[in-house]
Amino acid sequence: MKGPGDRFDGWTSVAVALTGGYLLLVIWPLVMVLINSFAGGGEFSLAGFEKFFSSRLYYGTLTNSILVTVCVTVLALVVAFPLAYFMTMFRIGGSRSIQMLILASMMSPPFIGAYSWILLLGNNGMITKFIEDTLGFKPPSIYGFAGIVLVLTLQLVPLIFTYLMGAWRTIDVSLLEASESMGITGWRRAVQVISPLLWPTVLAGSLLVFVRAFADFGTPMLIGQGFRTVPVLIYSSFVGEVSIDKSFAAAVSVIVIAVTLAVFLLQRYLVSRRTFSMTALRSIEPRRLPGWRGVAVHIYVYGFLTLALAPLVVVVFSSFRKTLYGQLVDGFSLDSYVDSQRDILRYVGNTFGIGITALIILVVIAVLVAYLTVRRKGALSGTLDTMTMVPYVVPGLVIGIALVTAFSQGPFMLTGTFAIMVIALAIRRLPYSVRSTTALMYQLNPSIEEAATSLGASKFRTLVRIIIPALAPGILSGAILSWVTIITELSTTLFLYNTSTQTLSLGIYAEVIRGQLGTAAALSTVLLVLTMLSLILLMKLPGGQKELRV
Amino acid sequence: MSYLSVNNATKQFGESFKALNGISVAVERGEFFTLLGPSGCGKTTLLRSIAGFNDLTSGEITLGGANLRVVPPHQRDIGMVFQDYAVFPHLSVFDNVAFGLKPRKVSAEAIKARVAEALAAVRLDAMADRLPAAMSGGQQQRIGLARAMVINPQLLLMDEPLSNLDAKLRIELREEIRDIQKQVNIATIYVTHDQEEALAISDRICVMNAGRIEQIGTPQEIYGNPQTQFVATFVGTLNFLNAGAALDAMLGQLNLSAAAAKSWAVRPEHLDLLVDGAPTSDGATLSGMVSKFTYLGREAHLQVETEVGRLVVQLANPGMAATKAVGETVSINVQPSAPMAFDAEGRRISSKG
Ligand SMILES: Nc1ncnc2c1ncn2[C@@H]1O[C@H](COP(=O)(O)OP(=O)(O)O)[C@@H](O)[C@H]1O
Ligand SMILES: [Mg+2]
Repeated sequence: MKGPGDRFDGWTSVAVALTGGYLLLVIWPLVMVLINSFAGGGEFSLAGFEKFFSSRLYYGTLTNSILVTVCVTVLALVVAFPLAYFMTMFRIGGSRSIQMLILASMMSPPFIGAYSWILLLGNNGMITKFIEDTLGFKPPSIYGFAGIVLVLTLQLVPLIFTYLMGAWRTIDVSLLEASESMGITGWRRAVQVISPLLWPTVLAGSLLVFVRAFADFGTPMLIGQGFRTVPVLIYSSFVGEVSIDKSFAAAVSVIVIAVTLAVFLLQRYLVSRRTFSMTALRSIEPRRLPGWRGVAVHIYVYGFLTLALAPLVVVVFSSFRKTLYGQLVDGFSLDSYVDSQRDILRYVGNTFGIGITALIILVVIAVLVAYLTVRRKGALSGTLDTMTMVPYVVPGLVIGIALVTAFSQGPFMLTGTFAIMVIALAIRRLPYSVRSTTALMYQLNPSIEEAATSLGASKFRTLVRIIIPALAPGILSGAILSWVTIITELSTTLFLYNTSTQTLSLGIYAEVIRGQLGTAAALSTVLLVLTMLSLILLMKLPGGQKELRV
Repeated sequence: MSYLSVNNATKQFGESFKALNGISVAVERGEFFTLLGPSGCGKTTLLRSIAGFNDLTSGEITLGGANLRVVPPHQRDIGMVFQDYAVFPHLSVFDNVAFGLKPRKVSAEAIKARVAEALAAVRLDAMADRLPAAMSGGQQQRIGLARAMVINPQLLLMDEPLSNLDAKLRIELREEIRDIQKQVNIATIYVTHDQEEALAISDRICVMNAGRIEQIGTPQEIYGNPQTQFVATFVGTLNFLNAGAALDAMLGQLNLSAAAAKSWAVRPEHLDLLVDGAPTSDGATLSGMVSKFTYLGREAHLQVETEVGRLVVQLANPGMAATKAVGETVSINVQPSAPMAFDAEGRRISSKG
């Protein structure tokens, strides 16, 4: 007979089931990639790795990637720090709208940014043509290294910015007043007092930027041209531009994961050496900055905003232009929408069908894992928690490869199905969802659960009637953010779709590659509208603004 | 057999630490039973093992004669009131209180009536539709109380329900808890570390220390006749008397003796100041010099250096005239009933030889 104190209960079964499912759907495919990377022609070989390090053509992509990623991370930090500092310390006209718009620019798919900078500064770009026509010379090319860094920096500044804004809210004014009373003000105070307090946040944000920039596939694919990064190499060797070499693609994937993991562990180590927690009794009140300095600050903030929003404006504008053989020409029309309306409907339908299914699965799993890690601390839930973090260091493209490798033969034939799209998207977002839900769960008073139990509620009733409703506002805001990242995800699903499961972002990518710029712009506009509507919904939720972490 | 009985309960955390070390208590129907002890002595652990939130390492718990340890917590039918209120933040006051009635298959009408009655009892009837988030601590705890009572449980457990409230509200609410408990007549185990609260509210008190029971008794027994040195110091305060010729002389004068006595002590409120310095017939007199005077309104504490050591004398209703200056010489009267003797293990022993 089992006593009530015995911890084997419904929750243990849930933990076992989740662990089993996760092992099957995530760990096993990744292990397959690992095995493939060491297997050439059916036996152990290092051929894939040898090939990678034998030619500059291949290992050069790694140095390219690292160069791009380091530049983007540093630049993003350099741009975002003053931005967050100004927004916190000084009164900026339209501050709330600015924050909302910065968030919107972060949430738009990165490859749309790449694509619209091509529309602006590409060979046939609007600005390029304007300069050529009026000034008579060709402006420097947007393709290659500079373009990738520009697009990714603009894309990722908002990410660090939201992190910093969140951290700033936890700094108590009294700390600033104390340093002021000791004669430390202005920039000296920003560097000596504020920066150390923000250090853990800066590290966390930088890691995220690093991971995103390193794994990004759409941007270098569209704007990189000859400048190839590792994800582009993985893609081309996996789909076989020259020849299909799956063990080579696997080896490169393993190298990418190793680099990301190393950076991840380094960040962990750096953060663990200085952990402290703060809560502000009195947050910083922005003050008016008069004179030329006020003007300068406004120029900085609005200047960034203009650059960040330019791609979005360009895309929407382009979608209403006339096209000829896919190229944008003078004059306006709705042809881009009308001609591709059937595709648009199909893409939107797939985006909603696949996206919402993935979202529901994601939320359910995140709640269960969060509950297990917070309330049922133990070996099993600890393992589960660690395992759910794995996709964090695995680029989307590699998750795609892993799923294709594992589920294109044998007992689980899933490629090309609705299910594999859902699984891929849920896996991609799971680390973020689990983290944010776990944080929510930690805030829930444990005695609330015991109260429900003492009143006669079973475990299931307690979960459904108490825990989930009490966390609902936070879960909902998190779900909306997940939704936005799911509908804008590209690289994870790139190897997994077919025409019946093609989503909006996959459609945009396909149209850009086919050179149908008008259709691509129309689809991008639809995706942007969906994204904006979701964000507006998020803002309308009670406490929604607080949850703006990605 | 008692209504609730806990027999020889132990609870071990980790390899060697015993949070409960052989606890046995028996609670009768309708009784208000209090667990009193310093923080960390195991009160919550005992309460939670009765509620079923943690299981004992060994021992028995029976309720109404049935073994409670095999019943899962949500089927134990035991109401619980929490220190941090634990109100459901997303449910209205009404729904909070009604929560426990729904799985009990009570009809909608009956739920309405019973919740209304419970809310009236805790004086929250006007707030039934509000959400608890914005309510004060006292109001939230009233919800907790109504919620635990309304299911008409077999037993009511309260874990320091008042310790997050301010002093005035604490006194007000403890009177209410006491009255309501007597009305509904549900056996209640109440946990507190506040001796005054325990004395005010309980039918019986169980004083705990380091996982063991020191003494079980009515408030009068616990305060007036403490069986251990721990109980005497935890419930009230003690002046310990220095051993020596002066103490022997005083005990002789009072006709007291205890061969096994390791220490002698006397409560500040059992000492009196002699106004004229004239000895009374049945007491001993100690004289000494005032080293501190603390005025507390209802009472004043006078610290006096005497031959048997430093004594604190409690003066009730100190008027202006009662004020003493440091350095003043005073005489203290000790009645024969005042000194208590404790043996080497801290057990109370007879002071009459
Ligand atoms: N889950 C636990 N694990 C380890 N030690 C515990 C646990 N719960 C309580 N303890 C320890 O048991 C002792 C008694 O705790 P508790 O019953 O909460 O005391 P009280 O309620 O009287 O303040 C304390 O020393 C506490 O640290
Ligand atoms: Mg306690």
